Amino acid sequence: MGPELCAIESGAIEPGIIEVALGQRCSSGGKALVTYLTGGLGQWQTALLAAADAGADVLEVGIPFSDPVMDGPVIQEANDHALVNGATPLAVLEAIGRLDIGVPVAVMTYYNIVLRFGLKRFASVLASCGVAGAILADMPLEEAGPWVQAADAAGVETILLAAPTASEERLERICERSRGFVYGVGLLGVTGVRSDLAASAAVIAKRLKPLTHKPVLVGVGVGTPEQAQQVCQIADGVVVGSALVRCMLEENDPSALGLLVSQFRKALD
Amino acid sequence: MAEPLAGWFGDFGGRFVPETLVPACEELEVAFRSAWADQKFRAELNRLLTDYAGRPSPLTECKRLSTELGLRLLLKREDLNHTGSHKINNVLGQALLAVRMGKTRLVAETGAGQHGVATATAAALLGLECVVYMGEVDMQRQALNVFRMQLLGAEVRAAVSGSRTLKDAINEAMRDWVATVETTHYCLGSVMGPHPYPWMVREFHRVIGDEAREQCHALLGCDPDVVTACVGGGSNAIGIFSGFAAGAAALVGVEPAGGAAINRGVPGVVHGSKSFLMQDEQGQVLEAQSISAGLDYPGIGPEHSHLSAIGRARYESVEDIEVVAAFELLSRNEGIIPALEPAHALAWVSRARQELAGKTVLLNMSGRGDKDVDQMMERLGR
Repeated sequence: MGPELCAIESGAIEPGIIEVALGQRCSSGGKALVTYLTGGLGQWQTALLAAADAGADVLEVGIPFSDPVMDGPVIQEANDHALVNGATPLAVLEAIGRLDIGVPVAVMTYYNIVLRFGLKRFASVLASCGVAGAILADMPLEEAGPWVQAADAAGVETILLAAPTASEERLERICERSRGFVYGVGLLGVTGVRSDLAASAAVIAKRLKPLTHKPVLVGVGVGTPEQAQQVCQIADGVVVGSALVRCMLEENDPSALGLLVSQFRKALD
Repeated sequence: MAEPLAGWFGDFGGRFVPETLVPACEELEVAFRSAWADQKFRAELNRLLTDYAGRPSPLTECKRLSTELGLRLLLKREDLNHTGSHKINNVLGQALLAVRMGKTRLVAETGAGQHGVATATAAALLGLECVVYMGEVDMQRQALNVFRMQLLGAEVRAAVSGSRTLKDAINEAMRDWVATVETTHYCLGSVMGPHPYPWMVREFHRVIGDEAREQCHALLGCDPDVVTACVGGGSNAIGIFSGFAAGAAALVGVEPAGGAAINRGVPGVVHGSKSFLMQDEQGQVLEAQSISAGLDYPGIGPEHSHLSAIGRARYESVEDIEVVAAFELLSRNEGIIPALEPAHALAWVSRARQELAGKTVLLNMSGRGDKDVDQMMERLGR
């Protein structure tokens, strides 16, 4: 039997700082904004500070991977640039640790990065660098056991994705196990900006809301302030990625990035 | 070889895919399990394998080459199947399964083009839409197969990210599947990927080993001493190994030196499963490089990692230059131009001839060399 098969313990764990931060935003009637940027891409560190200043509630930072199957062309390109520039998981994490950001940070990456680093070591480095959460895009519930054990022990919130293809029963299990927030996948497809918000974005939010008291955020395909506003008629918030990464790829200007984030913030307020 | 336990072959396998694909993998597992237990499905597949693909493939004894190498060499002639390789076995099975599941579209990845051609063929046969992803570099190396797929009505899309070879074509096919999973079946071409693919694809290729065993027993009265095959993802090797794993024959997989997951990799997770993987210290997947587009893959199917870990199979690697020599050796001595992929297995046999002296060696001739003739003409400067 594979080592990955050990059961995931669910049960009462105190809300972590991501869940608390998002909960505070939502309980006062606000909508949460999580912004994604690829670590190691251009002036990403200054851009993180700009995003926090512009009103992001939580910052999601991508640790680049050579084969990002959940990502569309924009984030793929960002990954490639960052890797060519020599970005490594440890360098990205340590850089985050040196920043005084003021809002919680979660990393997003793929399972192999964590496996190679060592599950326990990765979790403890996250904690020591002040990173509160982790999203592993190719780690579904069934394979999550060993990682969440390490993450829980280190106090790191593992945020799980919930996709439109899942049954109610599966969504329930995901909601129960996800920490920080529940990441509703807005459409069938990889990350990227679309001209219209998929109808499935509202549907997944509507399906998830009754299942959990944790914040329900929708990402993947939410690319404009208007789309963010639209999805937040039901969802507690949004995750915005490719639109911001495209801005960094094209301009590499933290202040332009900050301006874009503030447009999303304004649309949600 | 048994069914994996909850998708795991020992410490290898699993289902590491984006959440969106988990229900599709579950649906596929249920559908395959039911189809494989359904005599009507099996009969339909067997009819296609016989009447359409030309099975059973023959076993050829290489008299001249055996004398030259000082051993007894038998070839399982998967090169004589329709479309020119073993790939058709798996593709006919998956295409029938796709129809049974109500899917109308196939996506596939291809390296050398053999799996792409086979998928395009099955799609044409069963009236399914077909999109094949192929690395841009491979499209240049295997231009003939690109045109062949187009002739068969498939759309060939270039994978332009990363190393622009097989691994990137798989990434693109998975991204397509994430977006189209409701209507589309991902017709994966090797014993890799998320559960149930490694198991399902093995079962579809088991026919190679089952036939070969029967043929060996008719000819020799027993199993051969050694069974060998080339390994990229490892589907032809698993197919022939599955007929002999329960016996005593030595099983030897042969990797290209530039894509030697077992010999140069460590356990990792890419494309849906945990297995040996060529990667750097940070966990970035390395780009494989070999003369053969079909074996240019930094990973290997999880069951091979398991067979290696438990010592049931061993894995050797050969250099491009040895492969070229083997390509010429078989062509001249037996009148069989092999694909560059199985030429890897022959390259190992040729190198290990002293160790193999007097032994009976069964080699899976997984594909024919027509697709490689242009490349070899250039390489050999004629």
